[in-house]
Amino acid sequence: MTEACGSILGYTGQFSLGHAGFMSVGGYTAAKLTLVTVALIPASFHPIAFMIACLLGGLAAAVAGLIVGIPSLRLRGDYLAIVTLGAGEIIRVIWQNTEAVGGASGLSGIPKSTTLGWTFAFAVLTIYVVLCLVNSTYGRGFIAVADDELAADAMGINPVRYKVTAFVVGAFFAGIAGALYAHHKQTIVPTGFDWLKSVDIVVMVILGGMGRTPGVIVAAILLTWLPEQLRVIADYRMIVYALLIILLMILRPQGLFTFKTRKGASVS
Amino acid sequence: MDSFFQQLVNGVALGSIYALIALGYTMVYGVLRFINFAHADILMLGAFSAYFLSPAIQLIFPLPGIGGALVVMLLAAIICAGIGVGVEFCAYRPLRKRPNLAVLITAIGVSLLIEYTCQHRAVFGAETRPFPQLIAERNLDLVGLTVSNLDVLVVVMTVILLVVMWMVVNRTKIGTAMRALSFNREAAALMGIDINRVISFTFAMGSALAAVAGVLYALKAPGIEPLMGIHPGLRAFVAAVLGGIGNLPGASLGGLILGLLETFAGGIAGLSNYRDAIAFSILILILLFRPAGILGKNSVEKV
Amino acid sequence: MNSSDPLLRLRSVSIRFGGLTAVSGVDFEIASREMVGLIGPNGAGKTTVFNLITGVYQPTEGEIEFCGQSLIGLKPNALTRLGIARTFQNIRLFPSLSVFDNVRAAMQVRNPHGMLSALWRGKSFYSGENAVEKSVMELLSIFHLERMRSDAATSLPYGAQRRLEIVRALATQPRLLLLDEPAAGMNPAEKEELKELIRFIHEKFEIGILLVEHDMDVVMGVCERIVVLEYGKMIADGSPEEIRDHPAVIEAYLGNEDEDDWNEEVANA
Repeated sequence: MTEACGSILGYTGQFSLGHAGFMSVGGYTAAKLTLVTVALIPASFHPIAFMIACLLGGLAAAVAGLIVGIPSLRLRGDYLAIVTLGAGEIIRVIWQNTEAVGGASGLSGIPKSTTLGWTFAFAVLTIYVVLCLVNSTYGRGFIAVADDELAADAMGINPVRYKVTAFVVGAFFAGIAGALYAHHKQTIVPTGFDWLKSVDIVVMVILGGMGRTPGVIVAAILLTWLPEQLRVIADYRMIVYALLIILLMILRPQGLFTFKTRKGASVS
Repeated sequence: MDSFFQQLVNGVALGSIYALIALGYTMVYGVLRFINFAHADILMLGAFSAYFLSPAIQLIFPLPGIGGALVVMLLAAIICAGIGVGVEFCAYRPLRKRPNLAVLITAIGVSLLIEYTCQHRAVFGAETRPFPQLIAERNLDLVGLTVSNLDVLVVVMTVILLVVMWMVVNRTKIGTAMRALSFNREAAALMGIDINRVISFTFAMGSALAAVAGVLYALKAPGIEPLMGIHPGLRAFVAAVLGGIGNLPGASLGGLILGLLETFAGGIAGLSNYRDAIAFSILILILLFRPAGILGKNSVEKV
Repeated sequence: MNSSDPLLRLRSVSIRFGGLTAVSGVDFEIASREMVGLIGPNGAGKTTVFNLITGVYQPTEGEIEFCGQSLIGLKPNALTRLGIARTFQNIRLFPSLSVFDNVRAAMQVRNPHGMLSALWRGKSFYSGENAVEKSVMELLSIFHLERMRSDAATSLPYGAQRRLEIVRALATQPRLLLLDEPAAGMNPAEKEELKELIRFIHEKFEIGILLVEHDMDVVMGVCERIVVLEYGKMIADGSPEEIRDHPAVIEAYLGNEDEDDWNEEVANA
């Protein structure tokens, strides 16, 4: 349980970048899938090799993010979601048909290099990077673009550049998360990273409050841990999950963990 | 050459189904500016409604038979219209004022909810069931081509429904209201249009169309199961965007093009595995280069 | 670019939206440090011209130059980098950010420290951040907003929000400031304060200002020169006195229901 928990932590990097008001529903799949190739080539047990493998996975994912992001981030929110979802699916199909990465059956026999330690370390790194980025004059640009793209544009902040940056950084960490995941489960299958998984992540982000790091972390832990505990109602699990999404959006779209301070500006 | 025309016919038939479904997507988008992910599942519900209704209908109208089939379709359409309105009321209406993304996620939630609930043992279960033969399939010989009578039915029904839709949207009061809403919701409200009624009506229409499409699709499919809506739904969505989302003739055109593309591409070896990817690629390309679609118009944000 | 170029020059600028020609043949200049007003009856195209200058729209014909450099095809953020800043008719502050951060965000355009700096956090990064903080506080103090620095920008009273939006625009160190109907929604006392504020900014920051405004009192009281639009065309360009008595201008306003309003406004200004 702690391991699953930890591996999810790696995912939170995505949108905690006070994200420029967009939702890349499919983005992760892109990221996670690119790691496949890279994460497995140095299939050795050496800890340094593992770390490098994870970082390379992240890098590959970041590149994929760049390719997908640059043309798409000019689009409006819901169109962007569709496009990234599509991109993710295209990658899935490509992987399914590429023998080099095992086709539809994926790859197996991956060494179990992921430990709680590694996961935690990467999670901390993610959080550190995100916080560093956002809490700077440069980083205020992310929140500005998320708030009001037009006004940010008028203030000299290039919205496309910020959005792409957030997207690519998010993709990088998604890639690492995927690498960790692969070395934890010891097999990967293209359909294991389908758009439903992206929806999972998006729900985590929303639950935690978009762009608020601590909330997203808590939400991630909650959403990974809870299903394990609720195995009893396994039959109804997905139904409950779907209901949860709907209720969440209707009742509390700002997430469970967004609190406004007395002075008004959100905790970030 | 024969096979070209054969493929053409098949493509048109397939495209018609996509067109029917696409109409629903486009109508809802036109009026509400959001993509109803759950639309594809209404299709499935239409098919299942027909499945459960046919034994009962059989007692009154002989099945297989065109009369009975039409009755089944009508009833399925009515049921799904009701479901559509219900979904809108419970899940989308509370979110009317929220940003688009929130509604999109909710739509995904609704879609998942319907799919998983139907997959549950107590409801439909996940296995594929054979669909009753509402119409005995026969192959007709038209101008030297073998055409299934089902295909003819599909095309004819689609054309009829398209015309009906067009008349509703362009010639009736409520259709005008729909168009008004699609231009400017607040202004429409200020003009005394009952927004809730119009939106409910839009959903009802779209869902009814999806239901009919579902039945028609099921007639030719190997069987029905809770996830059957996803594939055609995706294609239809791409079709709607291709033709210009929010644009009715566009949806039909898009459906047709996509149906033809898929049929012809299906004949090319090695491509069929990539069908999904191709569909998505088309979608992405359109959104990137011509988001308004073939027949759509661009709108500029007023500063 | 040489010093003889005016700050801003529009030459035969036209824009068409589909079949509608919103603006045609607009020709005017703003010298550096000039305070110019842009007026016209409703629908005359003032906001359209405004949006053309700020990069929101691209003209279908004509040239727009800033210090001799063409602005055609440049996005708003590029224009800001060149030295053009603007405010919005409906105040568009960043609601998630505090007063301080709203201004700080606008400082990024002149900030040499980007993403890598923020990650690496070397010494120059921190001195940069300190410099930014100092500049923001200075600006806020000049406009009496420093005590509200941590408050949510949208929690401020309306007048203060307008001030903040202007301060934010000034943070980008513009050479030309465009104000989009700043007097909207203000009562007479607030309008007086606004006039003071604009004059103050003009003097202290020594920048050119283009003011789009409906309120004659504000325009007449503050501008050195006024350009008048009607139906997308320029009908006058001169000093406030010249405009006041200009027959075409009077007719443009008389043509609406504001006939008595014109005389009243002119009398009050």
